[in-house]
Amino acid sequence: MSNEWPLWEVFIRGQHGLNHRHVGSLHAPDAELAIRHARDVYTRRNEGISIWVVPSSEITASAPSDKGPLFEPSNAKVYRHPTFYDIPDEVGHM
Amino acid sequence: MAPAMSDIMTPDAAELARNAPGDGRAPLAEGSPEHDLFIGLTRLGDNTLILGHRVSEWCGHAPVLEEDIALANMALDLIGQTQLWLGLAGEVEGAGRDADALAFRRDAWDFRNLLLVERPNGDFGQTLMRQFLFDAWHAPMLKALEGSSDDRIADIARKAGKEVAYHIERSADLVIRLGDGTEESHARMQTALDALWSYAGEMFIGDATDARLAEDGIMPAPESLRAPWDETINHVLAEATLTRPDSTFAHKGGKQGRHSEHMGHILVSMQWLQRAYPDARW
Repeated sequence: MSNEWPLWEVFIRGQHGLNHRHVGSLHAPDAELAIRHARDVYTRRNEGISIWVVPSSEITASAPSDKGPLFEPSNAKVYRHPTFYDIPDEVGHM
Repeated sequence: MAPAMSDIMTPDAAELARNAPGDGRAPLAEGSPEHDLFIGLTRLGDNTLILGHRVSEWCGHAPVLEEDIALANMALDLIGQTQLWLGLAGEVEGAGRDADALAFRRDAWDFRNLLLVERPNGDFGQTLMRQFLFDAWHAPMLKALEGSSDDRIADIARKAGKEVAYHIERSADLVIRLGDGTEESHARMQTALDALWSYAGEMFIGDATDARLAEDGIMPAPESLRAPWDETINHVLAEATLTRPDSTFAHKGGKQGRHSEHMGHILVSMQWLQRAYPDARW
């Protein structure tokens, strides 16, 4: 399917959100139309105030088969979570 | 078997409609300011209603998913604008008809949309070209309506204007891309332009109602929208490498309720549910 439009990843910054968040992907012939399609596909319900699009081919992803070596080592290291401190009540919810 | 809807070919159907039991209203006197305003508002609302319905026919059929959603969005914008225009029209008429009653309980001769918007969808190029020719008129029309002496109209125009600013940006961009695209896309866009051209002129032909509305500063004279339309059309067609047809011939009559053979078919599919199950709700 070589004449299919390339795939783009879409990131939207929500009304109150600080960060752009990945919301999905779509096909478009170029960046300008990708923005336009993203507006039509992902912001119909007033979800966003800013859109980023990135060619999917430009994203480098970690390999699913590396999941073990990459992430499991951090699993057993509870001391990396700041749960060993006594937090004074006055601080309230953290 | 009782006919669900009077057929436009029935010779006495217009009379039947006139004598149909109404809401006990006194009809607005022809030529009165209220009647003029009602006509002007239904012209606006019927344009957006019929074009919105036409565009909605693409739902589930567009060439790609992204276009399908974009078309459905635009159809919904237009239907939303219809609710405002026809809602106000019903208010002005003061006969208890709301936007739904006007949309679903009138027959073809009471619709005052341009012939352009009832043209069949054809291929994607034809739908797109119809949209572009309309948007290039719709945008300056709404701009002018923002300065209407009637605040209710100015308010609606401001709201609709934002949506239409996006419509014209989108349709112009796609006309340029496809006109200046492949050999096939260019040919299809030129064919669409040639086929629709004679339906564009009606947008700029005013009648006595238009003249009175313009005099009172309520709506712009149709003729005054020709220059901004020409500017957009010439600029975009040039960039799209499309040839503007020479002809100045214009089909007309839609604004006065004289429609093409397509209108009845549109109404049948649009109105059948309310006709078959009056007052049905979600």
